[in-house]
Amino acid sequence: MHNPSHLPRPSIYYNYQVFKPWLATENGKQENKQVVVVGAGPAGMVTALELARHGVASVVLASDLQFSQGSRAIVFTRRSMEILQQVGVAHRITENGLPWHSGNSIYRGQKVFRMETPLDPDDRFFPMINIQQQYLEEYLHDACAANPLIDFRWGNKLVHAEQSSGVVTAHVDTPAGPYQLETEWLVAADGGRSEIRSAMNLKLEGASFESIFVIADIRIDLPFPTERLAFFDPDWNRGNTILMHKEPHGIWRVDYQLPLGETPEEALQPESLKQRIDAQLKMIGFEGTPWEMDWSSVYSARTLTLPNYVHDRIVFTGDAAHLLPIFGVRGANTAFQDAQSLGWHLAYVLNGISPEKLMANHSEERVGAAREIITEAGKSTRFMAPPSRGFRLLRDAVLSLSLTEEFVRPLYHWRTSRPHEYKHSVLNSTCDDNAQFTGGPALGAPPQNVQLQHDDFLLDHLGGGFDLVYVCQSQSIPNELLHAVLAAKNDGLPLKLLAISDRDVKVLGADKTLFDPQQRFQIRYAVLAGGAYLFRPDQHVCARWLEVDTTRLLSSLQLAVMQ
Amino acid sequence: MNPNPHLDIAGLEQVYDRLATAIDQAGPEKSELFLVKLALLQAKAMGQPAVFEAQVEAALKDL
Repeated sequence: MHNPSHLPRPSIYYNYQVFKPWLATENGKQENKQVVVVGAGPAGMVTALELARHGVASVVLASDLQFSQGSRAIVFTRRSMEILQQVGVAHRITENGLPWHSGNSIYRGQKVFRMETPLDPDDRFFPMINIQQQYLEEYLHDACAANPLIDFRWGNKLVHAEQSSGVVTAHVDTPAGPYQLETEWLVAADGGRSEIRSAMNLKLEGASFESIFVIADIRIDLPFPTERLAFFDPDWNRGNTILMHKEPHGIWRVDYQLPLGETPEEALQPESLKQRIDAQLKMIGFEGTPWEMDWSSVYSARTLTLPNYVHDRIVFTGDAAHLLPIFGVRGANTAFQDAQSLGWHLAYVLNGISPEKLMANHSEERVGAAREIITEAGKSTRFMAPPSRGFRLLRDAVLSLSLTEEFVRPLYHWRTSRPHEYKHSVLNSTCDDNAQFTGGPALGAPPQNVQLQHDDFLLDHLGGGFDLVYVCQSQSIPNELLHAVLAAKNDGLPLKLLAISDRDVKVLGADKTLFDPQQRFQIRYAVLAGGAYLFRPDQHVCARWLEVDTTRLLSSLQLAVMQ
Repeated sequence: MNPNPHLDIAGLEQVYDRLATAIDQAGPEKSELFLVKLALLQAKAMGQPAVFEAQVEAALKDL
């Protein structure tokens, strides 16, 4: 019998709600499901919300009765916010989070590197925003609970999953005993220690780093702005690195690296935590400032991925699929991209628009993304926590040189998570004008947001299917183009035709007219009237034309859904 | 490729002495760090990663 705790988790800033478990004994016989999502973290919930957006129902299994313990993922990137906007929760994070765009690296009391990411008026969201994961989970859960296509089951623990001939049987345990669910697909979003992954004996590929970091959340009043602070080789922790991030509710995240040989158990002793946090506060000039501990944990950097995320009808996503280093905020931020990708790929297969091999494309694109992240994150990790004597010497030489030598300072760059470009995706058009473009996002690239008018952005209007954004010069769409779009829609393809116009008119035949008085879209996308961009349901570009025509549009659409 | 055609014997002797005294000056604990810093500054002055690579190979011989 599965008995998750009914006691709210301790926290000095977050009131945990304990939800009622979903019990098979209180519900009727279980019909076969299309999708069961195992895990109610960011990856699982975004997958369910994206699936629902494409009309696919799912069951979400949450083992516990409450949101996760501690702040965990706290930094969310602009692309994550754009994805969260798609599932309807970005505004709540904007309301309550702390946005930022600068970071500092400090060595021997000197700011040796500062990076300011400029704010682009065409972006709705800041490069980064900080909020504790409990809030993110709460907002996602509210969206799931409000969605009739999502059957959210607290206190349901997956014990075992087996699959044969297109059916996965999920054995689920609850506080009232076990039951079974038959489903066409099972999504393993059960986190870094995925039991499904272990049970299937799947091996992650890549490297693990020896260094252990402590994460501690404290409440303290510090007069610093929301910026990333990284301290290298301080007197109180020689050779090691300390990171600080501001969170809402007066909480600060302090991460510090442990000397080699110290165990996590030793490091998490209250006296040990206190001594080190006091030392860090002393170093930044706030010795004796009162503080209170909320939560602490340990982690070690790993750059690991499964080589394939789709195993017949069981699909791995988020941390269950890969373990990425915390440096560069790559965990949850990668999970959102995984989940968004998985949502539309799986929905298109289930909705009969695409053949099942579309799922292989999902795996290929996301494994490619993970491998790219691993290469980039490996560089940051080798600088933050040098894995060998050679790397340590080089890092120390760079620290020392950086006090006077400008040229080494960019090595402090932490290479923040950014969305992968699906440059080599088989869904990319082979008959568009990509090669002739002189700017704008290329084939496979994530979208560039555009401010059309005050508080009105391009990405507010995209998503939920394919979007053909057509730059209009008159008040109507050419007839052939209209017929082509209609033909695709009649074939069952979710497609919207958005007309961009620099005049405040309603373009006839378009599903929506976007009024762009400054022609910002034309500038950012390097396209003139008569040209068009085709966005996939994850808003990545899959075709673009300087002059769109019906034949090439239709064949690009077919390619993009593997018809 | 010879990245520095101007290093004649007198110049080489000058570098030899300066490097030796600098290593002594840095002391046993810091000489390695000093040499790595120097290598990075040299690489910057040279501006040719491929030449640096060849020099690494040459220096790794017969250790």
